Amino acid sequence: MTKEYKTITEIKGPLIFVEKTEPVGYNELVEIRTGGELKRGQVLDTSDEIVVVQVFEGTGGLSKDSAVRFTGDVIKMPLSPAIVGRVLSGSGRPRDGGPEIVPEVMRGIAGAAINPASREKPRAFIQTGISTIDGTNTLVRGQKLPIFSGAGLPHNDVALQIARQAKALGEAESFAVIFCAMGITNEEAQHFLADFERTGALERAVVFLNLADDPAVERILTPRLGLTTAEYLAFDLDMHVLIIYTDMTNYCESLRQMGAAREEVPGRRGYPGYMYTDLAIQYERAGIIRGKKGSITQFPILTMPGDDITHPIPDLSGYITEGQIIVSRELHRKGIYPPIDIRPSLSRLMNSGIGKGHTREDHRAVSDQLYAYYAEGNDLRGLAAIVGKEALSERDKLVLEFADKFEKKFVNQGRDEDRSIFETLQIGWELLADLPESMLTRIDDKYIKQYHPKYAGTAKK
Amino acid sequence: MEVGKVKRVAGPVVQATGLKASMYDLVLVGEEGLMSEVIGISGNKHVIQVYEDTGGVKPGEPVKETGAPLVAQLGPGILTSIYDGIQRPLTKLAEASGDFISRGLFVDGVDHKKKWEFKPVVKKGDTVKAGQTIGEVQEQLLIKHKIMVPPRSKGGTIKEIYSGNFTVDETVAVLEDGTKLNMLQKWPVRQARPTIKKLAPTIPLRTGQRVIDGFFSLAKGGTAAIPGGFGTGKTVMQQTLSKWADVDIVVYVGCGERGNEMADLLHEFPELVDPRTGRPLMERSIVFANTSNMPVAAREASIYTGMTVSEYYRDMGYDVMMTADSTSRWAEAMRELASRLEEMPGEEGYPAYLGARLADFYERAGRADILGGGQGSVSVVGAVSPPGGDFTEPVTQNTLRMVKVFWALDSKLTQRRHFPSINWLDSYSLYDKDLEPWFVENVNPDWNKNKRRAMAILQENAELEEIVMLVGSDALPEDQQITLEVARMIINFWLAQSAMHPVDTFCPYKKQFELLAAILKYRDYAVEALQKGISVEQIKSVPSKDALAKVRLESEYEPVLQKVMAQMDADFKGLK
Ligand SMILES: Nc1ncnc2c1ncn2[C@@H]1O[C@H](COP(=O)(O)OP(=O)(O)OP(=O)(O)O)[C@@H](O)[C@H]1O
Ligand SMILES: [Mg+2]
Repeated sequence: MTKEYKTITEIKGPLIFVEKTEPVGYNELVEIRTGGELKRGQVLDTSDEIVVVQVFEGTGGLSKDSAVRFTGDVIKMPLSPAIVGRVLSGSGRPRDGGPEIVPEVMRGIAGAAINPASREKPRAFIQTGISTIDGTNTLVRGQKLPIFSGAGLPHNDVALQIARQAKALGEAESFAVIFCAMGITNEEAQHFLADFERTGALERAVVFLNLADDPAVERILTPRLGLTTAEYLAFDLDMHVLIIYTDMTNYCESLRQMGAAREEVPGRRGYPGYMYTDLAIQYERAGIIRGKKGSITQFPILTMPGDDITHPIPDLSGYITEGQIIVSRELHRKGIYPPIDIRPSLSRLMNSGIGKGHTREDHRAVSDQLYAYYAEGNDLRGLAAIVGKEALSERDKLVLEFADKFEKKFVNQGRDEDRSIFETLQIGWELLADLPESMLTRIDDKYIKQYHPKYAGTAKK
Repeated sequence: MEVGKVKRVAGPVVQATGLKASMYDLVLVGEEGLMSEVIGISGNKHVIQVYEDTGGVKPGEPVKETGAPLVAQLGPGILTSIYDGIQRPLTKLAEASGDFISRGLFVDGVDHKKKWEFKPVVKKGDTVKAGQTIGEVQEQLLIKHKIMVPPRSKGGTIKEIYSGNFTVDETVAVLEDGTKLNMLQKWPVRQARPTIKKLAPTIPLRTGQRVIDGFFSLAKGGTAAIPGGFGTGKTVMQQTLSKWADVDIVVYVGCGERGNEMADLLHEFPELVDPRTGRPLMERSIVFANTSNMPVAAREASIYTGMTVSEYYRDMGYDVMMTADSTSRWAEAMRELASRLEEMPGEEGYPAYLGARLADFYERAGRADILGGGQGSVSVVGAVSPPGGDFTEPVTQNTLRMVKVFWALDSKLTQRRHFPSINWLDSYSLYDKDLEPWFVENVNPDWNKNKRRAMAILQENAELEEIVMLVGSDALPEDQQITLEVARMIINFWLAQSAMHPVDTFCPYKKQFELLAAILKYRDYAVEALQKGISVEQIKSVPSKDALAKVRLESEYEPVLQKVMAQMDADFKGLK
């Protein structure tokens, strides 16, 4: 269908309303021409009388005589191996001065659901070199593990460090990084790009940039393009793909704007009632398919408005992703990097990626024991502030000290410090060794005998 | 049958004209014939929810009627299946369309080609009524599939009955009036299957989870809700229950949740062994996996499809447990569809009929006298995912009005890695009184006494902890310091139970009882010692106390426990 219409009856926010068309399909790709410019949109609602279109590049410059063409096809992404190394806009156009992508295949971006029966259980340990992740919130290949952060916290540094250091133990494999920026500042984007360039990562990356001053509706496309690319690299080209997107909060704001423009009944705090489903459609595009070599691992970053984890954006995300890494303002203020608070953090797939054959047999026990005393030590800080440290029992004093040392030695590490999982476990054991052995109630005696520094002959005094 | 026309498409909801279909009838939308259901009729307009993605569907495309509502296909071969929300076998979908689900595929819920060996249990001349078993098929090594006269049919006298190998469509018996019976029933998923009468809950459903069996037990045929914020342990608990519950059949409905979780379950269940039978767990299980990224309309239907299959096995006289993870995603699917209908929203945008739908669903649970004679049960465990972990929201509140057991997950416990994170002060079971006689008779006469004692200690502990937060524990009187210590033991040695530990994931009743009794015994010793003037510090540091912590991890725990208790006796005798 190539007929052009000049029957726009209304332009509202990111939406245009077009009348008297031939039958138009739901979700169809639409091209709108005004002056010399070509914008793209997608059909959100179609009926005999009127068609509602969301315009990705924004409706600025459009008027009632702009020409609208319905393409009869859904939005597709051009893909070829040459996409690796490219910097594209948030709607997939070259942004690096390079040529358009010459497609080997065109793929719909909506993302069909992976058949749950075709999924492979993710269980390959990925070493990020960061103790609070590897040791206590282990990432596995095929997982979706977001970083929940707050404005002004160093989540980007954490994401970059992960992108630089992530590796599977003892394997050299082809892998790629996809980076989707949604509404971040130019400065932030440059920070990422410079780091990619410095480390040579750009050569195996695909970058999609939608910056703060780019149209907000375009952000609805960006993760879909990134994920379509990820699926191509992972399941056509057998690569292990790590996809980082930032900032999901901006993406959700765009969804909210769209909902408001369509005068939908809003859900919680003004966000659309279908936001859970919409986010799930993105996040669920992580995983491994049985019989395929590649994988998709997702690292979405989102800043929690007002540091509030119950806000719908982190809340709905947490309900979909397989855990979350929490960047804490309090630890950041104490000067600890990475300021990851392990207590509310969680990796749900940790269990399948640790232990004998993956990391080390004592991993689970050490992690549990570290958690238990760090959590207890934190609680005691409150008590100590009220009754004074002296009023605490001997045991409680030890636990309180443990929490402090845990932050300084285990949590804190350099931005370029790439710790192996064994170094991480060793640090854990050294901290635990400062407690009496009888307090290590969560660790099997056989592991104590084997790994406790006291028995390994490397004990500190 | 009429063919209508699409008038409007917006997301999963389509409007059409020119149809005569009734409410909840199945219709096929568009050139591709996408499976859909009528969910509203106003004037000459039908509102239709489409179970598949509607991208590309245009006004003017045809809508075909089928003349029937969405039904579940019920017959041998359901066990071990993995279905989507409208009972399409996912493995068959994968054969048809590869690793990603494409649309417009029709696959039957049961295999119509496979032959099953039918063994009649009635003979020519016998009179049979609705629900009665006329024959059996060995569906799994240890599970017989009863072939029943369909409910609501008249029944009659058997004129002919065969034995041998048949497909589900082939006639296995003929009644005097000419009615032919085969091994397939079709039942509309939104209607409850009938029973003779519902029975009182008097038998506990053993879960092997101490906090549940010991404190907040579920009855066979009972209903329980497990609400909690993200990551508090709903899925792990439901999977653990599906593994160890002493029921015959498990129906696991993954409703709008994660694909990787389903992969995990599908990976584990064929390998894990049912402790009651020694057979793979998968043989007694049926999985519905309509993950969060699969179409919402099919998500909405999945709860009903799962319930219908559960009822069907109940009607054979089995104890069935259905778990639904998560009923909140089901409610949200309703909300999403309702908002596309432009209905007047109720609380937080949910449709005004939310409470009624939840009630109808939980009402379908129960232990009952079944049509065919004997008893069967459907127990339901529903996860609830309240936004922000706030239990005052509509889905949690409407659910609590219906269910009898409330396992309140507590994110403070989760953060301390105390699992299961079921709060022992807020949770309850309204089956308590009904089940107590059973425990006294079948486990130990002291079961209830010990349970009350332990709960009282935890209650007192909660009050004391508030004081401790102000003054520190050393300022408390000695006997209260002991209470704190015993409470700590109950919490850490008994309530905490790792689903990941090979032994501790399942704890038999006797072990549950003995472990708790041992902790209470420590308290008795401690109180006695205090009276003799022994210091709290001494009492707290008897070595046998810490040894008690690890008994639960032993599979042959009895000798270990005996040793620890003998040691404890010696420890306390030695205190001066
Ligand atoms: N009984 C348990 N034993 C050990 N670990 C547990 C237990 N329950 C939960 N966990 C831990 O908590 C994590 C989260 O649990 P789970 O996935 O069941 O949460 P959920 O309540 O279903 O969350 P969501 O609502 O986001 O689906 C698990 O991955 C596991 O690490
Ligand atoms: Mg869950």
